[in-house]
Amino acid sequence: MVAAALVGPLIAVALRAEGWSALKPSDWGALRFTLWQAAVSAGLSVLLAVPVARALARRRFAGRGAVILLLGAPFILPVIVAVLGLVAVFGRTGPVAWVAGAFGLDPPSIYGAHGVILAHVFFNMPLATRLILQGWQSIPGERLRLAASLGFTARDTFRLLEWPMLRATVPGVALVIFLICTTSFAVALALGGGPRATTVELAIYQAFRFDFDLARAATLGGVQLLLGAVAALAALRLTLPSGFGAGQDRVVPRWDSQAPALRLQDGVAIALACLFLLLPMVLVLTEGAAYVPSLPGSVWAAAARSLAIALGAAVLTVALALAMAVAALRAPWVEVAGTLAIAASPLVLGTGLYVILLPVTNPIALALPVTLFVNVLLALPFALRALIPAVRELHADYGRLSASLGLTGLTWLRRVGLPRLRRPAGFAAGLTAALAAGDLGVIALFATPDQATLPLMLYQLMGAYRMEEAKAAALLLVALSLGLFWLFERGSRDA
Amino acid sequence: MLELEGLEIVQGSFRLTADATLPEGGITALMGASGSGKSTLLAAIAGFLAPARGRIRIGGEDVTDLAPGDRPLSMLFQDNNLFPHLTVAQNVGLGLRPDLRLSAEQKAARAEVLARVGLDGLEERRPRDLSGGQQSRAALARALLRGRPWLLLDEPFSALGPALRTDMLELLRETAEAESLSVLMVTHDPLDARRVADRTCLIADGTLLPPAPTEALFADPPQALRDYLGE
Repeated sequence: MVAAALVGPLIAVALRAEGWSALKPSDWGALRFTLWQAAVSAGLSVLLAVPVARALARRRFAGRGAVILLLGAPFILPVIVAVLGLVAVFGRTGPVAWVAGAFGLDPPSIYGAHGVILAHVFFNMPLATRLILQGWQSIPGERLRLAASLGFTARDTFRLLEWPMLRATVPGVALVIFLICTTSFAVALALGGGPRATTVELAIYQAFRFDFDLARAATLGGVQLLLGAVAALAALRLTLPSGFGAGQDRVVPRWDSQAPALRLQDGVAIALACLFLLLPMVLVLTEGAAYVPSLPGSVWAAAARSLAIALGAAVLTVALALAMAVAALRAPWVEVAGTLAIAASPLVLGTGLYVILLPVTNPIALALPVTLFVNVLLALPFALRALIPAVRELHADYGRLSASLGLTGLTWLRRVGLPRLRRPAGFAAGLTAALAAGDLGVIALFATPDQATLPLMLYQLMGAYRMEEAKAAALLLVALSLGLFWLFERGSRDA
Repeated sequence: MLELEGLEIVQGSFRLTADATLPEGGITALMGASGSGKSTLLAAIAGFLAPARGRIRIGGEDVTDLAPGDRPLSMLFQDNNLFPHLTVAQNVGLGLRPDLRLSAEQKAARAEVLARVGLDGLEERRPRDLSGGQQSRAALARALLRGRPWLLLDEPFSALGPALRTDMLELLRETAEAESLSVLMVTHDPLDARRVADRTCLIADGTLLPPAPTEALFADPPQALRDYLGE
């Protein structure tokens, strides 16, 4: 069913596409830019992540747990909020421009290719750090102990232990980030555009929304699909990092890196990373707080719509993922079908659904259900990743007992499944709700003003340069996303 | 001389005190019930564990605050003595220079040591292609090459079968004599101690007892040793 939900829109896109001739030269430019910015973003993210990951791997300090938590935050932070924060820091009136101005320099503009890459690094450097940190922590403590007993310097440790680890880890991490950046829409929408900073996803949006050229939008969708398929094939050949980075509290004692210069270097790396991640958020949220009471009713209505979508997506995704995880016990391909969605792009799905719905009804009227549907599909891989191992374990531990007691179907779900799977299900629900609440993708394609969700409303406020209201809406959106995540995650833990 | 002066090691509710002097030369066995803190004491002497109180002196030099690699000793762990991704020659060469930029002379010295432990011809193998005994020999070769006056062994060769273990202990004894190494060896097997150790130290009730000649000790076991042997 999920496969059908995924493939259906894709087939619709393929049928509607009209060959390469439908593409304009600017569309090829979009493809080139997509590849280029994804490569640069991936390279920069990894390059910056290595020193931070190394610092976190070899230092033990108060607040280390908080830093690692902070590195996880961008994953559920609404993209548009982060963009607003980066504009606040790097924009014309931000602190960076002020410092540059003090030295008589003209700061580079946040809009355009720089801005797109900056935002991608903001989101993916923390992810890269967490994944590379996992690599660091996979170096057995015994090896580091042996290294210490042989008097290794930090350089020896790097050459003999850390470099081989990095060579094995970094290509996979870079590829994951490259993949994520090729489907970038919201960042390009807010910061990019124009001939030199349009991604394929953004080109789909423009062909659809401004030119209303469905054929071209569908052909572009095909291009995006091909891009995802090629990258997914490449991904199969590399060992991709897995998991969200569990067990990162462990610090293996190190004896080779106690020199003051190395301590300073690690301290600076961690401090800069925190500043880069925190400053945009702090600027937006503190300035936004004052304007929350004066937000117009339309913003609150949008927030209510986002809340409804988030809750709906959370319930549907977890129910679907649970059913799939149980099915995957007998049919492993179910897992593959679910994770396929990771390569699917929201805009391609949206275009496909539009093409499917057009002969039947007015797709615009269904903007919110379509958004809900796409969000469920997009969150599914993450939910499956949390639930499949848990269901597998539950089956291995209590499968025979359940069978011998005749516990099946709904009874099993109520007596065994739900109570034992509370935590992964809560995590999956929280993650889905946060992602759906903050999603600015397919909704931009469909919505009329009276259907706007909170992220879309925020984007429109930014576009109208109503920055105070935008910041207040951002505060509301962050509270909504993180609050939902926290509620679901906490709720499943305490009960 | 290896002096432990008012040494106190604390780990959670575990506490071990040591006030003893181990003479240079020969093999000293360190025995005690499991959980008595043999390996913990060795880790403290090697520098992997900071003592709560007291000083450690080796050859008159206070080493309490030195990094593990800077102490005048080499250590053989129970396992994981070789890096799995490096060849035997590289693993052994680390004993001379961790960056492995070896001079011709150093390479010759390495070849000589490898021959002495019976590993000539296996230089280019990786640890997984060696038997357990050969792995132990490679680790011993590296310790010899490092040329530090003390050699600490934590239940060495415990993964080997009885015959191989006897061989390795003999090799250890010969090379220790030839190089005038001072050896401190943790073991739980009284036979190992009686076979090769000149002296034996016991740990009982959280305290390290001073070393005593092994033969005399076993001829007239004190209560702590009687308890351990189950007599």
